[in-house]
Amino acid sequence: MSAIKVEHISKSYNNVLAVNDINFTVEDGELFGLIGPDGAGKSTLFRILTTLLIADKGKATVAGYDVVEAYKKIRKKIGYMPGRFSLYQDLSVEENLSFFATIFGTTIEENYDLVKDIYVQIEPFKKRLAGQLSGGMKQKLALCCALIHKPEVLFLDEPTTGVDAVSRIEFWDMLQSLKKKNIAILVSTPYMDEASLCDRIALIQRGKILRIDKPQKMINDFEKPLYAIKTHETYSTLQHLKQQNFTESILPFGEYLHLVTKQKLNVEILKSHLQQNGFTITEVKKIKATIEDIFLDISKNEKSLTK
Amino acid sequence: MNNENVLAVQNLTKKFGNFTAVNAITFEVKRGEIFGFLGANGAGKTTAMKMLNGLSKPTSGSGTVAGLDVIRQSEKIKERIGYMSQKFSLYEDLTVKENIRFYGGVYGLSRKRIKEKIEQILAELQLIEVASKLVKSLPLGWKQRLAFAISMVHDPIIVFMDEPTGGVDPAVRRQFWEAIYEAAKRGSTIFVTTHYMDEAEYCDRVSIMVDGKIEALDTPDNLKKQFNATSMDEVFLKLVRKIN
Repeated sequence: MSAIKVEHISKSYNNVLAVNDINFTVEDGELFGLIGPDGAGKSTLFRILTTLLIADKGKATVAGYDVVEAYKKIRKKIGYMPGRFSLYQDLSVEENLSFFATIFGTTIEENYDLVKDIYVQIEPFKKRLAGQLSGGMKQKLALCCALIHKPEVLFLDEPTTGVDAVSRIEFWDMLQSLKKKNIAILVSTPYMDEASLCDRIALIQRGKILRIDKPQKMINDFEKPLYAIKTHETYSTLQHLKQQNFTESILPFGEYLHLVTKQKLNVEILKSHLQQNGFTITEVKKIKATIEDIFLDISKNEKSLTK
Repeated sequence: MNNENVLAVQNLTKKFGNFTAVNAITFEVKRGEIFGFLGANGAGKTTAMKMLNGLSKPTSGSGTVAGLDVIRQSEKIKERIGYMSQKFSLYEDLTVKENIRFYGGVYGLSRKRIKEKIEQILAELQLIEVASKLVKSLPLGWKQRLAFAISMVHDPIIVFMDEPTGGVDPAVRRQFWEAIYEAAKRGSTIFVTTHYMDEAEYCDRVSIMVDGKIEALDTPDNLKKQFNATSMDEVFLKLVRKIN
């Protein structure tokens, strides 16, 4: 039995199709990532699966129960960390945790094992009001509260948005250890670099899933020639490459430009072509795609198909 | 890029009671440079930015922004700089044209100049067809580029951007960086704050603030060498962990 099974789920708000015929499954103990920008439909999907919103079409089960007919059973089996911090700001760390334990009819002691590794990090501040915690600590407390009733399936909606780089890494370490306890985790994120930390990912944009696979498989399957170019004249090099016949796409990627070409090019020839055109090129290399390259490539094709 | 400083501050400090939010920061930004101003949440970025924008008086220290003194001429600074925030500050229920006209008026441009600017921005951003449409009907990426163009309607020497690209579509983010590169090439100076470390790699030079101080400042390349790191994310981690 799959922990989450989604079949042909759609949902519109007024005339806007927020979620468009979505299908996927998440197995027990799997860490599954929904990767996509703001407005992709990630939160709507979370709210449907956590039984807070009813889909217009389709069917979904969580922990084996139907999200509409058996919503009460599901609510006992899942932990949910919504995108917006939703703990009680004027209760202390300790009070929040014991409140969540109590409403699920359990105690902190009973399931302490599960939250221990995370809770010890915030325990020194257990008397502090939740509203006065830093971003990283709020997020750890929210995760403890979502886990305290020992859920089978964990829903984390953008848990690392707005959190700094150090806390982000710590958070993903925690997810890896929860997975080992056989909890299925559905996590959403706008950060493409977090994709590689998931077992499988779905790339999602404007309510549609573009592709589902293991991140490493997506990277290996990307067959288009891709080059990284480093130059001091980023803008003029970019404009020049846009005009070339061999260019399929050219985009700024931090300190590099990423060039996708229609056919394979020799790195040295590409470099001397650019130098002959007067650009100071410090580096040209063939590279493997990142998830972000793949997302940009697929979403570009998606756009031209729907035009 | 040349050697003229558009911004130069020495030991700029801001205290709130006993708390030192910004602790003696010293740095320069050159004309045509894309300068990244980084730091974790609560490191003092916003407070520092407010002092550079003439919105907050420094407790001590000195410096100039756009050729004006940060202590004595803070009111004047506001006229000479551009500013763009994450929320874009466009009026959603005014049209594209009306937004340009409004900001042109706020910055005291002549009618003739406003008319020229409207034509120039609409042509450059290819927005002529939607000039009379309400801003709220535009896609996010267009709004973002319009907000950027409007922040430069009065031809400021330097534009400050506060977390301009959080959460947006990867393709839209790239269009936006392309617009920034273009502006820098034409000689505008761009000062951008962000806590996304991958964005830092787009900048010519970056500074990293930790607990009110600038703890590192160089090109992304040199910082990666200095910290023996492969990405700015790693530089940031090493820097913060070393200090804590």
